Amino acid sequence: MAKNDINETSLDMLKEITDWEGLFDGAYSIRQDGTCADMRSTETIRIVPKTDNPGIDIYISAGKKKDTVYIPACVTKSGVDDVVYNDFHVQKDADVIIVAGCGVHTTDDEGARHNGIHRFFLEPGSHVLYKEKHIGKGVGNGIRTIDPVTDIVLGENAVLEMDTQQLSGVDKTIRKTKAKLDRGAKLVIHESILTDADNVAETDFEVVMEGEDSAVDLISRSVAKGESRQAYHSHIIGNCRCTGHSECDAILVGNGKVDASPALYAGDLDAALIHEAAIGKIAGEQIIKLQTLGLTEEEAEEKIIEGFLTGVE
Amino acid sequence: MLTLQNIHWDLPDGGELIKGVDLEILPGKLTVITGPNGGGKTSLAKLIAGLYTPTEGKIFLNGEDITDKSITERAKAGIAYAFQQPVRFKGLSVKQLLQIASGTEMKEFEMCHVLEKVGLCAAEYMHRPLDTHLSGGESKRIEIATVLARNAQVMIFDEPEAGIDLWSFSSLIDTFEKLKTEKSGALLIISHQERILNIADEIVLIADGQIRAQGSRDDVMPQLNINGRGCGCPLGREVVNG
Repeated sequence: MAKNDINETSLDMLKEITDWEGLFDGAYSIRQDGTCADMRSTETIRIVPKTDNPGIDIYISAGKKKDTVYIPACVTKSGVDDVVYNDFHVQKDADVIIVAGCGVHTTDDEGARHNGIHRFFLEPGSHVLYKEKHIGKGVGNGIRTIDPVTDIVLGENAVLEMDTQQLSGVDKTIRKTKAKLDRGAKLVIHESILTDADNVAETDFEVVMEGEDSAVDLISRSVAKGESRQAYHSHIIGNCRCTGHSECDAILVGNGKVDASPALYAGDLDAALIHEAAIGKIAGEQIIKLQTLGLTEEEAEEKIIEGFLTGVE
Repeated sequence: MLTLQNIHWDLPDGGELIKGVDLEILPGKLTVITGPNGGGKTSLAKLIAGLYTPTEGKIFLNGEDITDKSITERAKAGIAYAFQQPVRFKGLSVKQLLQIASGTEMKEFEMCHVLEKVGLCAAEYMHRPLDTHLSGGESKRIEIATVLARNAQVMIFDEPEAGIDLWSFSSLIDTFEKLKTEKSGALLIISHQERILNIADEIVLIADGQIRAQGSRDDVMPQLNINGRGCGCPLGREVVNG
């Protein structure tokens, strides 16, 4: 598939999930309806198609400056069930931003799905900022599904920061993330999920800290509107001197429902693990305060939810 | 500018908290409402801002009846209210709240001018989240700044001194004095603080839901018994005498 085969639906979704403005500066791989629509490698980021499975291997080496690689995926029509295997090999001391993201667009009553299976192998001292947005669009009653699976292996002193957002329109999602941390490694995940209507979202983290002074920080912000349901499960396992924090904050609007169950296991005297979970409706005083500043009740609610999900930059 | 006519307000359980208040708030003046706790001061402010609806009576702003207008409509009409207890927001920054308050994309220097009036530095505070990372005093000053940013016709400050340190309070007094001279609108402050009472053009004493006294500082201050001891019960008299 050539670059100009990227269809309008993909282009629209690319703008929302990657801030696409007509081109990507740096390395990229754009996936559309189960095939590669365009791809480019650079001196420090080599993208190689897999031969055994659909997907790519991305080899990132240390460069003179922080590089960015874009790997968005778009499903633009009903009936597509896309499974892709992407492996990130981040070499020693490399520092990179990975912009992922997925849009699923239905065209009729048949469903559409994207299932991205990502594996991260971060060598010692490397640093990755991973940014991902998910969105569902389209017409008809077809179920829009995005089921990401992420496996992470962090080498000594490697740092992976993940900022993942489910914007809207995704009917069903099951997100599974597993990570294993070596000495001094750090994993920070900020997740935000917005569900509405009868959407269902499940998120499941399992993080094992095996190396001394490793750390994990899982922060989930979710808003469940309409009749939607969400479940947050996290399991942090500290088998050494390490720190772990899991936080799930959820806002309920309408008949939304959230199940939060953060779990901890300390297998070492010096493992310091904390979990927090808070679920509730928007505080009435917050809405009233914004009304006194001139917003309507609806505008106030929207502003509070937007701030809650995106956080302070 | 702002006229309250025979305002009554009942608590949800039926008890009457505001009992027939008539009040005229004039432009270019600083009016301070004072009085004992539970006397109805904050309730009156909330009735003006639209947080409560009177069970009887009328409220007029520049001659227009606003009694049945919503909180939002009153805010748009020119009434701004700084809460006694600041509201915290998870995910909103000081900058975002001030921009909502001003209704514009405030420039940094404009934000600097507003925050300076409450003794805060924009460079330090603009991007701070409005959550538990701010102290009570910082939150309170930002709450006051939201009203200053609105540049409203009627600015209501509910116990602005609460939780604010002495140094910041002094600069806040200066800010209120400047507002008096710079603005054509009305300033309404609910306070027990003598230093605020001292800068008032008009003092209104409210107790038990009614106006007990109203007039200039010289007229009303002697009736406040600020330096009085105890509550006047026999137990207090025994301590004083003892």
